[in-house]
Amino acid sequence: MFRQLEGSQAIAETVAMCRPEVICAYPITPQTHIVEGLATLVKNGTLSPCEYINVESEFAAMSVAIGASAAGARAYTATASQGILFMAEAVYNASGLGLPIVMTVGNRAIGAPINIWNDHTDSMSMRDAGWIQLYAETNQEAADLHILAFRLAEEISLPVMVCVDGFILTHAFERVDMPTQEQIDSYLPPYAPRQLLDVDEPVTIGAMVGPEAYTEVRYLAHHRQMDALELIPRLSAEFRETFGRDSGGLLHTYRTEDAETVVVSLGSVNGTIKDVIDEFRDEGVRIGAISICSFRPFPMESLRVALAGVRRVVTVEKSLAIGLGGNVAPEVREALAGMGISVATIIAGLGGRAITRSSLRGVFRDAVEERLPPLTFLDLDLDLVHRQLERERADRRSGPAAESMLKDLGAVASRVG
Amino acid sequence: MEAATNGQTVGPARVRFYQTGTFTVGNRLLDVSVQSVQSDPRRNNSLNSGHRACQGCGEALGARYALDAAMRATKNRIVVANATGCLEVFSTPYPESSWRVPWLHSLFGNAPAVATGIAAALKVKGKDDVRVVAQGGDGGTVDIGFGCLSGMFERNDDVLYICYDNEAYMNTGVQRSSATPAGAKTNTTPGVGEEPGNVFGQGKSVPLIAMAHGIPYVATASVADLRDLEYKVQKAMGLHGARYIHVHVPCPLGWGSAPSDTIRVARLAIESGLFPVFEAEWGEVTGRRRIRDLVPAQAYLEAQGRFRHLFGKHPDTRRIAWIQDIANRNIRRFGLLDEGVQS
Amino acid sequence: MFQVRIHGRGGQGVVTAAEMLSVAAFLEGRSAQAFPSFGSERMGAPVMAFCRIDTREIRLREPIADPDALIVQDPTLLYQASVFEGLSPEGFLLVNSGRDPESLGIGEVLARLPAGHMVAVPATELALEHVGRPLPNAVLLGAFCALTGAVGLESLAKAIRDRFPGDVGERNVGAARAAFELVASKGSGMEGAARHVQTA
Repeated sequence: MFRQLEGSQAIAETVAMCRPEVICAYPITPQTHIVEGLATLVKNGTLSPCEYINVESEFAAMSVAIGASAAGARAYTATASQGILFMAEAVYNASGLGLPIVMTVGNRAIGAPINIWNDHTDSMSMRDAGWIQLYAETNQEAADLHILAFRLAEEISLPVMVCVDGFILTHAFERVDMPTQEQIDSYLPPYAPRQLLDVDEPVTIGAMVGPEAYTEVRYLAHHRQMDALELIPRLSAEFRETFGRDSGGLLHTYRTEDAETVVVSLGSVNGTIKDVIDEFRDEGVRIGAISICSFRPFPMESLRVALAGVRRVVTVEKSLAIGLGGNVAPEVREALAGMGISVATIIAGLGGRAITRSSLRGVFRDAVEERLPPLTFLDLDLDLVHRQLERERADRRSGPAAESMLKDLGAVASRVG
Repeated sequence: MEAATNGQTVGPARVRFYQTGTFTVGNRLLDVSVQSVQSDPRRNNSLNSGHRACQGCGEALGARYALDAAMRATKNRIVVANATGCLEVFSTPYPESSWRVPWLHSLFGNAPAVATGIAAALKVKGKDDVRVVAQGGDGGTVDIGFGCLSGMFERNDDVLYICYDNEAYMNTGVQRSSATPAGAKTNTTPGVGEEPGNVFGQGKSVPLIAMAHGIPYVATASVADLRDLEYKVQKAMGLHGARYIHVHVPCPLGWGSAPSDTIRVARLAIESGLFPVFEAEWGEVTGRRRIRDLVPAQAYLEAQGRFRHLFGKHPDTRRIAWIQDIANRNIRRFGLLDEGVQS
Repeated sequence: MFQVRIHGRGGQGVVTAAEMLSVAAFLEGRSAQAFPSFGSERMGAPVMAFCRIDTREIRLREPIADPDALIVQDPTLLYQASVFEGLSPEGFLLVNSGRDPESLGIGEVLARLPAGHMVAVPATELALEHVGRPLPNAVLLGAFCALTGAVGLESLAKAIRDRFPGDVGERNVGAARAAFELVASKGSGMEGAARHVQTA
C-alpha cells in the first residue's frame, strides 16, 4: 500500500515486519527516528516477541547484537557517524564471527569538525570490515533493502549494513509502497542459525586462531562475499516476484545504452544525477548513470559489463580518502582495468553540502568536453582554504583551523544550499 | 553468614574442622547435600583439564569452581560469554577448547553486553531455564569493559558477571590495570625510581560501584576459600537480574609468587584485610567474612616479588604503613574483626 | 513541479507543515517530497522546511533554492534577506501577520510579485482562537490552499487529521478552513497556481 511517510518511519515499520527478536539501540543523529519508531512498535505490542534494549554506547549496541545473534535471535541495530566508529571493533567482530546482524547506517559525516549532516565517510570507514554494504537510492529502496538484507545475511552468515543517506532520506517524507506482513513472511523465512549457543550441544565460539588457519578463515569470509555477488541478483529477482518492484541488486543503470560518459555514484544523489542526465540527453549528449547498490561485495564484473564501450566514467563520491582522493574511483578503475576507460573523481556533498543540479551540470559538461581533471572537489571554496594557509604562514600560532575558517566565512547559517 | 559458608556451619549441627593451613574441608564428613561441587565425581568440569594456564593459576582455579557451581545450580543449563584475556587465550588454542559449556568470546571490553544479548535472545526464545554467565579478568571488567558492565547493571539484565581479579594485565605480559594495588610493580609501573611501583591513587572498587547500581547481588570471593566461592555462585544463580562476583585470583607470574603459594597468598590478602570478602543484596552489605588470624599487610606484601622494592636493606616504611592503612580502613569499613561476624 | 519553502522558528511546526503539505498532495495522487533544512537548531532558531509537488516521480534531492511559493511562519524572519532568495517572479508569498502587507516593510519584494500572489494572514491569532495554542502551521496551510491552489482544502484537512488525530486535528482543520475563507474572500491567484502545477 502506498503511503506518504518519513524515510525513518518506513524503515522502522519494515524492519518490524522482518520480525527482529532483539533490537539494541543507542541514539545518534540522524538515526534516531528509526529506533524511536521501533521502540514504539515494541512497546505497543505491534512487534512481539522482541526484546528492545537501550544500551549505553554503540559499542554495546553491536555487542548485544553479537550475543543475541549467537544465541539464535534475529538481531538488528542502527547507527551513524561517530557511532559506527565507536562500535568499530565490534563491527569487525560481528563479521569475523559470521553473525547475520542487520544494521542501518544513517549516513553522516565524521568529526572533527563535528558535523551532523550527510556524507558517506562513516560507512566508507567500515567498507573493509567484512560486512555486506548496500546503499539505498530512495526511501522505497531503503525500506526494501532491509527485507533483502535479513534474507541475504542469514543465507550466507554475514552481517549486512544498509546505508541510507542521513536527513536526505531518513528525514524526507515521500511516497513508499509499504510491504505487507504476508509478503515479508513469504520472502523471509525464520532465522535458522548456522552456529548456536545451545546448552544441549555446547560449542566454543570465538576461539583464538593462529597463523595456521587465520588466512583460511578470512578467505572464507571473502568467498562468502563473492557468493553474495551471485546471490544478491537472485534475491532481488525473487524480491520482484514477491513485492512487484525492483529494489536492490548489485547496481542500477540509467540511460547507459550507447553512453560515452557514465556517472557512477552511491545512494540518494543518483536521483539528482538522473535529472541532470535527462537534461543532457535532451541536448543529445550520450551520457548515463550507474548507482552502485552493493558496494561490498564490489560488483567488478557487473560494472565491466555495464560500462563496456563507454569512453569515460565520472564518480560522484560523498567521502574523501584524504591523501588519495575518492574511495569509489580506485575500485571502479580496478574493475575497468585494460578497458581503456578514463575514470575521474568528483568529491561532493561532504558534511551536507548540497549537491545541486547546476553544479553537476558544470562538471558533467567538463567531463563530456574532456576538460575534467582526475580529481575535482565540487563547489570547493579554494580561496577560503588559501586564506587559511596564508594565516598559517604568517603566524605559527594561528590557532584552531576550522574555527578560523568559519570566522573568515562570516554568518552563513541562513544559507539555503 | 549462612550455612555452608566456608564449610563452617552446616545444616542443623555445627561441624568444626581443624585443619592447619588450609580451608579445604573434608567433604566426607559432610552431608551429601552440602558437599562441595568439586567433590562430586559427576561435576561438569566446565573448564576441562588440558588447557594452557600457568602452574598455580588462580584464575583457572576460580573459573572452574565458579562455572561448575553455576552448572550445578542450573542443572547444567548455562551459556557463557567470556572477555578477551588469559582465561580466553589459555582455554581455546584452536582447534582445541577446554570449555564444556556453550561459550562465546567476542572482544575484550564487551562481555557484559554480549551476555545481555544472549540473555535477551534466550528470553525472546522462551528458554527461561537457560541462564547466562559472563566472565573476564580485571582488565576486561574494571577498565575496558567497565562501560558495558555498568550498562548491564543499570538495566538489571539477567546476567551473572564474574570478575577474576589478578590485579594487572597478565595476558599481555603484566601491565598495570586500575585494579593494580598501590606500590605493586608491573611492567608499566616498574620497580625503579624515587617511588617504584604503582601510584598510590584512590583505587577503584568495582564491587562497591556494583552495589551503587542497587543490583540484587554483589559478592567478593577468593580462591583461598573455594567453598565460599561455590556458595556465592550458587546463591547468585538462585536470583534473577544483574549479579556480580569479584574473585581474587593470584597470578604467580605477575605477582612474583611461587605457583605452590597461590592459595596462601590469596589467604594472606584476606587475613590482612587488604581483600575484604563480603556480600551485598540490593546495595546493602549483608554478610562479611571475619578475619580469623589477623596478619600485618607486610606478611602479604613480602610473599610477592611485585612488592620486593618496598623491603630489602632500606624498607620503605612510609609506603608500607600507607598500605597497612588501606587494610585498616577495610577492616573498619566492613567490620572484618567484629564480634558476631562468623569466620 | 511546484516547490514550496517554509521559514519559521524551531518549535513552530515548520517541518510538520511541509510534511502535511506533502501528504495532502499525495492524497491527490501526486508525488510529493517534504524534508527539513537538516539542522540541529533548538527552539526559537530560524529553521526551514521544503516541499516539492509534481505529477511525476520526484528524484531531485537538492534543497529548494528557487521556490514557487514561500510560507513565512514568523514575521520577524522577513528581514533576513535570504528568506526571499530565489523566489520565482511568478511565485507566491504567504506571511503570518495580522498587519497590512504594505506595512510589513517588504515593498521591494511585493513589487516583484504578480497581483494577488501575496497575502498576510493572522495565523497565530487564528490558531489561538481555534486550537488554543499559538501554532500557526496548519492555519497557514489553509491559507496556502486558497492562495496557490497547489493542493485542495479537503486533502489538507485529511492530512491534518492524519497527523493530529482527534480533537486537536479537528480544531486545526477548523483553523485552516477559517484561514482559507479569509484568503478566498480577498481573491487570490489560485488559477495561476493550478496552471503552474499542471505544466510542471
